[in-house]
Amino acid sequence: MADTLLEVEGLSVDIKTGNGTLHTVRNISFSVKRGETLCLVGESGCGKSMTSLAIMDLLPKGAKRSARQLVFAGEDLTSKKADQFNVLRGNRMAMIFQEPMTALNPAYTIGDQLMEGYRRHKSAGIAEARDRAVFLLNKVGIAAADERFGQYPHQLSGGLRQRVMIAMALMCGPELLIADEPTTALDVTIQAQILRLLAELREELGIAIILITHDLGVVARIADQVAVMYAGEIVEQGRATDIFSDPRHPYTRGLIDCIPLPGKTTPGRKLGVIPGVVPSLIGEITGCTFRDRCAHAEAQCREPPPPRQVPHHSWRCILEDA
Amino acid sequence: MTFFILKRLGLAILVSLAVSAIAFFLLRISGDIAIAIAGEGARDIDIAAARQLHGLDRPLIVQYWVWLLQIFNGDFGQSIFFKSDVLSLVWAKLPVTLLLGVLSLAFALVISIPLGILAAVFANSWIDRLALSVAVVGQALPNFFFALVLIVLFSITLRWLPVSGSATWAHYIMPVIALGYYVAPAFMRLVRAGMIDVLSADYIRTARAKGLPAHIVIFKHALRNAVMPVVALTAVQLGYLLGGSVVIETIFALDGLGFLAYQSITHKDFPVIQAVVMLLSVLYVLLTLLGDIANAWLNPRLRIS
Ligand SMILES: Nc1ncnc2c1ncn2[C@@H]1O[C@H](COP(=O)(O)OP(=O)(O)O)[C@@H](O)[C@H]1O
Ligand code: SF4
Ligand SMILES: [Mg+2]
Repeated sequence: MADTLLEVEGLSVDIKTGNGTLHTVRNISFSVKRGETLCLVGESGCGKSMTSLAIMDLLPKGAKRSARQLVFAGEDLTSKKADQFNVLRGNRMAMIFQEPMTALNPAYTIGDQLMEGYRRHKSAGIAEARDRAVFLLNKVGIAAADERFGQYPHQLSGGLRQRVMIAMALMCGPELLIADEPTTALDVTIQAQILRLLAELREELGIAIILITHDLGVVARIADQVAVMYAGEIVEQGRATDIFSDPRHPYTRGLIDCIPLPGKTTPGRKLGVIPGVVPSLIGEITGCTFRDRCAHAEAQCREPPPPRQVPHHSWRCILEDA
Repeated sequence: MTFFILKRLGLAILVSLAVSAIAFFLLRISGDIAIAIAGEGARDIDIAAARQLHGLDRPLIVQYWVWLLQIFNGDFGQSIFFKSDVLSLVWAKLPVTLLLGVLSLAFALVISIPLGILAAVFANSWIDRLALSVAVVGQALPNFFFALVLIVLFSITLRWLPVSGSATWAHYIMPVIALGYYVAPAFMRLVRAGMIDVLSADYIRTARAKGLPAHIVIFKHALRNAVMPVVALTAVQLGYLLGGSVVIETIFALDGLGFLAYQSITHKDFPVIQAVVMLLSVLYVLLTLLGDIANAWLNPRLRIS
């Protein structure tokens, strides 16, 4: 398809540890169209961060990526060497992380850190880079941008630092922005502001976003597409409207039942949780990964569950509809 | 920042005073100065006379006070052995020791920082292990032994370098290597540990996410943060170097403070020993102070607050 920006097919990430190899991402496939927002959801530890780091080629030492296909804007990422990847990274694809408090280098000013990628990728002079940085600091809603430009990270709050991170990611005008739980570490009012900012930026700049979160409330507000991950696999994916109105996989259904809804959720009552824990990612998992926690599990679920689909919507389960 | 410096300065003065007291009292405990002053084979009356002349019969605390006042007036007394003014004697030897200290430190940093970085970047590889073995050998060999090995190799076997003296720059080569190699391992370990720590920091991932090439990530983003504890250690190590210079200067007959300290100890030249100990200690305290200030200045969190 012409407007496909990112095509991921058969992506796996293995981490060698003392106790065996962790298969943190298991043969997943998805794609992102230009200007579209894909939300990657799932409980913590299910491989969301590893997926995004694999796309950015930022996996930690010891983690190995393999993929049948990894194509960004028509370019094959699997064959790129480190210096070739550096031409794309920070330039055409950018990323912001979960921990704004530690994501900025304490030894350099905000301005320095904003400008360095831009100056390198765009061969720009200081004056031009500075103008762009101050413009973006304003754009992400930082007051007194000129002053902030010369400050060090420790002089900024977590919310401001995350705004700086967003401005930094936007410096070179990337086509793809990956945001890995950008609001998890922030308090609730700031979370809402940052998400609104991301939504606005997408409208305004037409940038494609992969937003990683375990907060389905967020997903409902911002996503075009949703991919639900469980134990390293994508168990269900499709258009956001379909996923919310017609979830097919028992795990997705469980997640949606856990969203607090005004009017529906009794205040003070405990929110629903899916009982049980994620299976160990060491070694192969045969059959459905969710079966230890699934209310519908049958003997049949020991076999790999069949892929099922309706238009714009696919899942893996023995059931047509949970 | 000004408050920080003032606080550290006050502390440095207190420490110097404490050191002066320790230097003074320890020496007094170690032997009877009157006997040393009266000289070899002196009679009891001569000793008693010397004791009275130099005020050694007064209470220790009074003697200390008098000595301290004299020091503040720049009067370190007369050398018993060299028969000259202690201050000018010590002053004349200071440049040699400082030069030795600074060159050794430079030598230590020049080998330890690159080795530490390499060891961290290639942690747990053969490069790391090689660097580690260099460090272990450096820490295990006593510096006098290493100095002797150098002499046998470069002076006796190869005849490239002079064995002793301080006349030319060539005289400094072996002392600098012997002394510098001795402190290099501590730096190497610190750089390695600091770099390993910093390289796994979130902001390093941010730097890589920007598409910066490896050398900028390592030298701009990582080293700058890893080097802060090294700066603090540098001052402390320079102190060790000054101490180690006693052994090295003596072996190579390099005419500096360390050699002077050795000579005055063998001749029981108390005023000189006191002065050298005092000077080395105050230098050490000053260096630590400088290290603290440099460290604070490197760290924006301390500089701007
Ligand atoms: N550096 C690492 N070394 C070993 N295991 C890791 C490392 N980072 C993550 N993991 C493991 O990989 C799995 C997936 O992690 P991650 O992708 O961070 O999950 P998520 O982002 O969905 O919370 C987890 O089980 C986690 O414990
Ligand atoms: S395949 Fe079986 S265990 Fe897995 S989700 Fe479907 S019903 Fe549950
Ligand atoms: Mg994560």
